[in-house]
Amino acid sequence: MSKIIASAAIRGAHKIYDRAEAKYKEALDKFGPKQEVAFPETAYFLPIIYGILGIEVTKLEDMEQVFKIAKSLLPPPVREKVPLPYLAPALDAGMATLFVEEMELAIRYVEEPDFYLQGEECDVENGKIWLGAANDIILRKRGVEFVDGTAPGFAAIAGACDTVEQAKNLAQELQEKNLYVFMGAEHNGKKMAEQLVEAGVQIGWPTRLVPFGPGIEDVAVFALGFANRAAMSFGGLKGGEFRKILIYNKDRVFSFVLALGEVTDEWYANAAGAINWGFPTIANTPIPEVLPTGICTYEHVVSNVPIEEIVSKAVEVRGLKVTISEVPIPLAYGPAFEGERVRGDDIYLECGGGRTEAVEWVTSAEMDEVTDGKVELVGPDITDVEPGSKLPLAIKVEVAGRKMQEDYEPILERQIHHLINYAQGIMHIGQRDIAWLRVSKQAVEKGFRMTDLGKILHAKLHQDFGAIFDKCQVTVYTEQEEVEKILKMARDAYHVRDARIEGMTDETTDVFYSCTLCQSFAPNHVCIISPERTGLCGAYNWMDCKASYEINPTGPNQPVEKGEVIDPVKGQWKGCNDFLYQASRQVYDHYNFYSIVDDPMTTCGCCECIAAVLPICNGVMTVDRDYMGMTPCGMKFSTLAGTVGGGVITPGFVGHGKYNLTQRKWLAAEGGIKRLVWMPSRLKEEVMDRLKIRCEEVGIPDLYERIADETIGTTEEEIYPFLEEKKHPALEMPPILGE
Amino acid sequence: MAEAKAVSVDQVTIEAYEKAKGDGVETVFDRVSRIKPCPIGAGGACCKNCAMGPCRVPAPKNREETPEEKAKRTGVCGATAETIAARNFARMVAAGASAHSDHARGVAETFLKAAKGELKDFAIKDEQKLYQLAMDLGVEIDDRDLKDIAVEVGEICLAEFGKQEGEIIFLKRAPLKRQEIWRNLGIAPRGVDREVVEMLHRTHIGVDQDYENILMHAARTSLADGWGGSMISTELQDVMFGTPEPVAGRVNLGILKKDHVNIIIHGHEPLLPEMMVIASQDPEMLKYAESKGAKGINLGGLCCSANEILMRHGIPVAGNFLQQELAITTGAVELMTVDVQCQMESLQQVASCYHTKLITTDRRARIEGAQHIQFEEERGLEVAKEILKMAIDNFANRNQDRVMIPDESKEMVVGFSHETINYLLGGMFRASYRPLNDNIINGRIRGVAGVVGCNNARVQHNSNFMVMIKELIKNDVLVLTTGCSAMAAGEMGLMTPEAALEYAGDGLRSVCEAVGIPPVLHVGSCVDNSRILMAATAMVKDGGLGDDISDLPAAGAAPEWMSEKAISIGEYFVASGVFTVFGVTWPTTNSEAVTKYLFEKYEDSLKGMWAFEQDPVKAAQMMIAHIDKKRKELGIDKARERILYDMEKRRELDAA
Repeated sequence: MSKIIASAAIRGAHKIYDRAEAKYKEALDKFGPKQEVAFPETAYFLPIIYGILGIEVTKLEDMEQVFKIAKSLLPPPVREKVPLPYLAPALDAGMATLFVEEMELAIRYVEEPDFYLQGEECDVENGKIWLGAANDIILRKRGVEFVDGTAPGFAAIAGACDTVEQAKNLAQELQEKNLYVFMGAEHNGKKMAEQLVEAGVQIGWPTRLVPFGPGIEDVAVFALGFANRAAMSFGGLKGGEFRKILIYNKDRVFSFVLALGEVTDEWYANAAGAINWGFPTIANTPIPEVLPTGICTYEHVVSNVPIEEIVSKAVEVRGLKVTISEVPIPLAYGPAFEGERVRGDDIYLECGGGRTEAVEWVTSAEMDEVTDGKVELVGPDITDVEPGSKLPLAIKVEVAGRKMQEDYEPILERQIHHLINYAQGIMHIGQRDIAWLRVSKQAVEKGFRMTDLGKILHAKLHQDFGAIFDKCQVTVYTEQEEVEKILKMARDAYHVRDARIEGMTDETTDVFYSCTLCQSFAPNHVCIISPERTGLCGAYNWMDCKASYEINPTGPNQPVEKGEVIDPVKGQWKGCNDFLYQASRQVYDHYNFYSIVDDPMTTCGCCECIAAVLPICNGVMTVDRDYMGMTPCGMKFSTLAGTVGGGVITPGFVGHGKYNLTQRKWLAAEGGIKRLVWMPSRLKEEVMDRLKIRCEEVGIPDLYERIADETIGTTEEEIYPFLEEKKHPALEMPPILGE
Repeated sequence: MAEAKAVSVDQVTIEAYEKAKGDGVETVFDRVSRIKPCPIGAGGACCKNCAMGPCRVPAPKNREETPEEKAKRTGVCGATAETIAARNFARMVAAGASAHSDHARGVAETFLKAAKGELKDFAIKDEQKLYQLAMDLGVEIDDRDLKDIAVEVGEICLAEFGKQEGEIIFLKRAPLKRQEIWRNLGIAPRGVDREVVEMLHRTHIGVDQDYENILMHAARTSLADGWGGSMISTELQDVMFGTPEPVAGRVNLGILKKDHVNIIIHGHEPLLPEMMVIASQDPEMLKYAESKGAKGINLGGLCCSANEILMRHGIPVAGNFLQQELAITTGAVELMTVDVQCQMESLQQVASCYHTKLITTDRRARIEGAQHIQFEEERGLEVAKEILKMAIDNFANRNQDRVMIPDESKEMVVGFSHETINYLLGGMFRASYRPLNDNIINGRIRGVAGVVGCNNARVQHNSNFMVMIKELIKNDVLVLTTGCSAMAAGEMGLMTPEAALEYAGDGLRSVCEAVGIPPVLHVGSCVDNSRILMAATAMVKDGGLGDDISDLPAAGAAPEWMSEKAISIGEYFVASGVFTVFGVTWPTTNSEAVTKYLFEKYEDSLKGMWAFEQDPVKAAQMMIAHIDKKRKELGIDKARERILYDMEKRRELDAA
C-alpha cells in the first residue's frame, strides 16, 4: 500500500463512516430500533458482517455493535512525514468501510423497498436496472458455475469507460473469459451498466453482466457479500470464521476490481477492503501501484493500464488461467452468453418451440462413414428467408472413433443445448425432439449462417470430448420432409437409450465413479455416483462420470471399485469407503449411499434438493433450491444448505438431485419414497410423471396425492392431520429415528 | 585526547565530545587511547582459572609454529591452547547468559508478585499475550480467573531458572526440526541456572578438557539464555507493560531540553523506567517542576532501559552505550538513574564535574560515590516520584552557562514486536507472515539480517553499524535490530519509512513502501533478541522457506560488540541455526582449532556458525553470500514463475 493509497483509503473510510452513522441515526428515529433489516431471501444475514464478525444483524438495533467495531477499526489519518505503518490500518479501514456500507444498504432496503429489483433480470424498458443483493437462489445457481469452473470468478467494475463502445467491448471480453461482471459507481457522470444498455447489450444475471447499484458501495458490498456467501455455502465455513473465509476467497474465487475513472477516497477505501479477500485492483488511471505480494496472490494495485489491455492484465495479476473457446463462427462465444434472450422484434428465425418441428440427435457411425469437420445444410439457409420466419430443424451429429460407445451418445447430445446457446445472439432451449432455437437479427447481420450450428458442435465437441471420438460430422436439415425422417430415427434411438439406462442397477454394476469436481470449493466433499444414485447437483449421472473419466483419466471423475459389500440396505461398500477416506483427505472413512439417518453421503453446497427427517411425521421431506418458503423442518432451503453443505456428513439431512428422488434407491434404507411426506408443490409437479410411476412401483398408486406440500402446511403440526387423513404410509412404518 | 572527528560518525556525538573536552572532562573516547587491549587476553590465550597461573599460551607471531612448539604451548596443568581458548569463550557465554537471566529472574519475581496482587503499581496489561503465553506453557485457561492464570504462568517461569531436569519449556516454540537437532545433540537446556553453573564447573581447573565438549555445552548454556532467560524476560515484560506496537520516537542527545528537568534513565530493566514514565506524567510532579522554574519534565533513555520505554511509550532516547557520559557533559541533565549492565563506573566521576546526580537503584549494581536509592517494586511509583523530586530539586543547580545541547535528534518509527509484524503485514483480518515470506520467495526481499549488539570504543562510534546496515538494505536485506545497534540506526536516520526510499534497494523499498515500514526494524532491547528468534520461527512456520531456522535466507551480526552478553546472544543465534558475524575482535584467535570449530564445525551439527570480519562492508557481503546460498538451497534464487490457476489446480488446494 503506498502512502498515498493508504492515506486516501483511511480518509475515505472516515467519510463513509460518518455518512453511514448519520444514516443509521436517522433510520433509528424514523423506524425505531426494532425495525427488521435484511437483504432479500438469504440465510446469511448481512453477509459481509455475518461472515467476518459472525454477528447476525436482523434488527436496526443490532447495528449498534457493528458500528462500534467499525469505529474501533478506523485508524487515525496517516502522517505526512515519518508515518507509522499504514498497510494494516488501511486494510482494517477498508473492512470498516464495508461493514458500515453494508448496513447503509440494508437501511436502503427498508427506506426504499423498490430501489432494487428482485431476481435475476433488469427491467430496461422501465429504466430499472439495479439488482442489488443476490438472493440465495441466485447464489446457489450461479455458485455452481464457480464450482465447476464455468465461471472462474468475477470482475467488480467501479466507474465507467470513456465511450459506450469501450464499455461494450470490455463487457464482451470479460464475458468471453467466462467471468461474471458486477457493476457499480460512476465516472464523469457515466455508469458502466448504463453504457451497456445504451450499446444494446443485455444486462442482468443471465448474461453475467450484473448491475448492482449506482454507488461504489453497491458493487463492493454486494460483490463481497456474494464472495462471503460462496465461502460459507460451498466451503462449509461458518459466520465469524473470517480468516478462513477470506483465504478461501483468495485461493478459490478468482475475482478482482477494475477501477475505471477517477479513484476517489471512497473508492480507495472500498478497494482496500477488497484486498482483505485477496482481490486486487487494476486501474486505468495513473494511481500509485502496490506491487509486492502477500495479501493477494500477486500484486495488490496495478495502475495506468489502457482499457484495451485491462482484462488480460487483470487476469494475470489475479493469477487466473482462462481457457477461451475458439469457435470458427462470426459471433462472440462463451458461457456468459448462455443466458441471453432473443425475443420480439429481435428474432430473425425461429425453429421448434411448438411452432415447427425441431430435433437434435447424436449417433455413432463407422469410421469410414464420417468425414471429420464436414458440415452440410440440407434445405434453405437463413439468408433464404425473411426476418421473422420459421423453419423446421433437425441437427444430426455423427461421431466415430475407436473409443466411441453408444452410451456416450446421450452425453454428447446433451451438450448441444449449451454449446449452441453459448453463441452471442443465438438462443436455445430444450433438447431431443423438444428443441427450440431462435436466431437474432444481430447474429444474422454479423454473418451467422445455419452451417455455423454445425461448426460450433464440431469444434466444441472435439475440444471437450475429443478423447472419446475421432471424427464428427454434422448435418443441419431445414426441409420439412427431411426433418420428419430424422425425427423418426431419433425417437427410436431415444426409446432404446431410455430403456437401457432404466435397466441399470447398483447391484449389477461393479464400478462406480467419484465426482470431486466440487473440491475446488468444498475440499472435503466426495460424491460417489452409482447408477441409482445420481449426483446431488443433478448435473452428473453415472454415465456422465464414466465418459468424463474416459476423456480425462486423471480428472475429478475416477472409477471406484465398489468392492466387498458392507451393508446392502444402507448402501455401503468397502471399496467406496477406501476411496472416500483418501479423497476426503482423511476426514471421512465411510458413508451410506441410501440412508439419510445413518451416516449419509456428504453434501456440497450445490445440491438440487435437500431431504430432511421429520420426526413427528415419521417421514422425510425434501425441498428444492428454487423454493423460497419455510419448510416443515423449520428451515428454508438456504438455511438448510448452510447447515448441511460444505462437504460434511449431517445425519438426518442429505442433499440429492431431483432425478434421484424418483430413483429406486432414494433413501432406500429408511423405506424410500414411502417416507416422503412433504415437498414443494412446484417440485411435485415438475417430477410428477416419474414420481407417479415410482408410486405405482411401490404398490401405492395414489401415494402422490398423499404427499403434502406448502398449501397444506409448512410445519409438521400443520401437515400431520393431512397425513393421517390420507393414511400416509410413513405413519405406519417403524420409527425413522432410533431404530 | 582523541581527535573529535575520529570518535564517531555521528555529528551530534562529535559536538558533544568536543564540549566534554572543552570542559576538561575525561570520557571513554580518551581512555580508550590510553589503554591498549591486552594481546594475550584478546585471543583467548590467557588462563587464570587457577593459582598455578595465570598461564599465557600465545601462538608465535607471523610464522607457522612447529609441532614441537605447539605441543609445548600448554598451561602448567597441561591445558592446551584449545582448552584455554574454549574455556574463556565458554565463560563469556556463561557470564552473558547470567546477565540476561538474572535480569529475567527479577522480572519473573516482580511478575509473580504483581499477579498475586501484591504490587499496587504493577498489573497485567496485555491479557491476549498472557493467554498466548499460558498456552505455550501448558497452563490451563478455560474459565479460570485471569489472576490464577497469571500466577501459574509466573510460577512456571520462575521455576525455569532453577529447573534441574527436562527441558526449558520455550524450546517447544522453535521449529520441530530445530528441536530435534538440539535433542539429538543433547544440548536442549534443562534449566537456566543449571547450565550456567555447569558451564562454570566444566571450565574450572581440571574438569572439561575437550574443547569440542566445552563448546557444545557453551551452545547449551546460550540456549538457556535465548530460549530461556531472555525470552522469559521479554514475554513477562510484554504482559506487564504491553506488547510493543509501532510508535514514533526520537533519538540522540538533541532530545534533551534546555528549559525542562532532564532525567536520564540508563541501564537495562524496564521496571523503574515504567514507574518513572508514570511519575513524570503526574500533574503534581509537573506542577512541582514548574514551581522550580522548569517548563516540564523530560525523560530520556540510555542503553536498553531506553529501548524498553521507547518501544512501549515512545519515550525519547538520549543515546547508546558510548554516549552515556556525553549525556551528562551536556550539562543539562539533573539526574541519571542506573540499574544493571553496561553503565560505566566513570559516570560518577563525570557527573561530579556537573550538577548531575547519579543514582544507583539496584542492590546488585552500586557505584562508589553515587547515591543509592533501592528500587523496591512494592513501592515502585513512590520510589520513582522520590527520584523525580530529587531531579526537580536539582534543576535550580543547573549552570545554564555550561549547558550545550546538540541541536539534532532523529525521528524514528519503532516498536516492531514479532506479534505486531504479524499484524502489520495483513491487518486485523489477514494477519500473517505470508507477505514477508512471499516477498522473500519472489526476491523483492533478499533475506533478513539481525544486526545487534553493543558499541565498542575500539572502533569509531556507530560507524560499523552505519556501513553494514546501509550495505545490507541496499542489497534488499531487511534488517531487524535491537540494543545499541538499534539506536545507532536511529541516529543515522535509518528508522523512518522515508529511509527506505533513500537507502534501500528497489525490491526492499517496494515492500517497505507497501507496508509503510522502515527498512530497519527496531525490535527492542538486547534481551528482546528473543523476539528475533520468534520472528524467525514464525517465518519458518508460515512456510515456503524450509523447515528450520537454518534454512532461512537470514544472518546475524554484531559489528561493534564488546560485552559478554553479546557473545551469549551470538552463541544462541548460532545454536539456533543462524550464521553470525562479529566485528572488532575475536576472542579465540589464539587457537586455530577452536576458531575453526566455531566457524566451520558448528555448521555440521548446529547448522549455524560464527564468523569474524572487521570490515563492515565485507562482513555484510559475507552475510549476503550466506543468504544467497540459502536462497539457492531453497530453490528461490531464480525468478519465480507466475502460476496461473485453473480449476484443476484449485481442486488440489488443501482444505482451507
